[in-house]
Amino acid sequence: MSGVGSGYDLAATTFSPDGRLFQLEYAGKAVDSAGTVVGLRCKDGVVLGVEKVIRSKLLVKGSNRHVHSVDTGMGIAVAGVLPDGRYMVNRAISEAANYKSFYGQPMLGHVMCDRLSQFMHLFSLYGGVRPMGTTVFLAAYDRNGPQLYQIEPSGISQRYFGCASGKGRQQARTEIEKLDLKELTCAQAVKEIARIMYTIHDETKDKPFELEMSWVSDDTGRKHVRVPEEVVSAAVEEAKRAIEEADMSD
Amino acid sequence: RGGWGGMAGQAQAVSTGTTIVAVAFDGGVVLGADSRVSTGTYVSNRASDKITPLGGQAFLCRSGSAADTEAISDYVRHFVRQHEGELQEDPDVATVARMAMSINYQNKDRLMGAMIVAGWDAHEGGQVWSLPIGGTLVRTPWAIDGSGSTYIWGFLDSEYREGMTEAETVEFVKTAVALAMARDGSSGGVIRTVTVTAEGSKRGLFTGKSIPQFQDELPEPAWVR
Repeated sequence: MSGVGSGYDLAATTFSPDGRLFQLEYAGKAVDSAGTVVGLRCKDGVVLGVEKVIRSKLLVKGSNRHVHSVDTGMGIAVAGVLPDGRYMVNRAISEAANYKSFYGQPMLGHVMCDRLSQFMHLFSLYGGVRPMGTTVFLAAYDRNGPQLYQIEPSGISQRYFGCASGKGRQQARTEIEKLDLKELTCAQAVKEIARIMYTIHDETKDKPFELEMSWVSDDTGRKHVRVPEEVVSAAVEEAKRAIEEADMSD
Repeated sequence: RGGWGGMAGQAQAVSTGTTIVAVAFDGGVVLGADSRVSTGTYVSNRASDKITPLGGQAFLCRSGSAADTEAISDYVRHFVRQHEGELQEDPDVATVARMAMSINYQNKDRLMGAMIVAGWDAHEGGQVWSLPIGGTLVRTPWAIDGSGSTYIWGFLDSEYREGMTEAETVEFVKTAVALAMARDGSSGGVIRTVTVTAEGSKRGLFTGKSIPQFQDELPEPAWVR
C-alpha cells in the first residue's frame, strides 16, 4: 500500500532519515483501526468504556473482556490488539503485586503509569521484538485522587480528563470536549459514554457491538469494578432513546 | 588473654550495648539514644551517634550488632533513595520501616539488629515502629530497645501519657535514657535526641551536667566548676 517507510520500517530499532520510527507508527495504526475506547476522569472517580465489536453471533455475552482490574483501586482498558493488551495487563498485575509486597502499600497511579510506559518503550529498543499494538487506558483512584492515564505503543504517557482511541476517536473527542469534566459524576459519565458510543456508531456501516464499562469511584469504595449490568443496560436504553429523539426532530 | 576486650585472645564483636527510645506525640516523634559503643569491657566509642537518617523524615535508632545495623541502614538508605526517584516525593515512614524489616526477616539467621524506625510524614503524622531481632514490624506509641531498655520498661509503662507536648516528650525521652544509663554498664556517654515534625528534624545533645541525675549518684565535688 505505502512505500513511505520502505527499508526503514523493518525493525522498531531503526530510525528513518526524517527521524520517524515507522514500526511505532504502524502499531498506532493497529490501535486506530480497532474498536473505540473512551475514558473519563470525573469529580468522584474514573469511568472506562470499550466498544467491543461482536465478531460472531455465537459469542457468549460478556466474553472477550477488554477491561481488567490490575489492583484493588486500578484498572486497565485495552485498545487495539487484545493479546498485546492482555500482556500489558498481566505485567501491571505483577508490578502492583510486587510493589505491595515490597513497600507494604498499594502502588500509586502515577507510578504504575511510569512502569507501564517504560515497559512499552522496551519493545522499541531491541531487534527481536515488536512494539505492542495497544494503547493502555489506566484508571486509578489513590491518595492523590482519581487519575486517568493513556499509555501509547511508543511509551509516551499522559494524564487526561478525558481521552479516546480507536475508529471513532475523532468524533468521541469532539463529544468529550463538550462535557464539563470538572463537575461530571461517574453516574453521569456512564450515560455520557453510552451516548457517545451509540452516537458515533453507524448502524448501517459498522458491525454490532457490545459496550463494556468499568469504574473506580467514591461509590465503589475506590475499588475498580465492572459497571453493573443493569446500569449499563439502562444507560444504553437511554442513549438509544436520546438518539432516536434527535433523529426524529431533525 | 582477657584484659583488653578484643585486643588479646578472643575478639568480641563491637556491640551497641545501648539504650534507644522513641516516643510519638501529637505532631511528631522524639528519638533518643545513649552514645556508648563497647567491645567487651573496652568502650571503643564514647560519643557515637546511634540515630541515623534513612531518608524522607524517617530515622533509625540502632542497637545490637553495630556492624549489622550500620549495614542495614546503608541498604535501607539505598532503597529509599531509589524509591524517592519513582515516587517523586518523600516515602512514608511505614514504607521505610517495612524495608528495614524485610532485611531483618530475610536474613534472620545472620543478623542481630534490634532497631526502631521513627519519623513524621504527611499521611500518618508522627510514628514509631519497633523492629526487634527476627523481623517483626509493629507500630506502637513508644518503643525502647537495647541492653539498657530492660531497666526502664517500668518507667515508660507507668509515666507515658498521650497528648504530651514536644517539649514534654523531649524531657520524657531524656529522662528515660538517663535512667537506663545509670544502671546499664553498656550504656553511657551523652544523650542524643532527634525531634521530627512537619517542620523537619532537630538534633539535641545533652552532656555532663545536663543529663538528669537520680538516686545513689555521687554528688559533685565542691571544687568542680
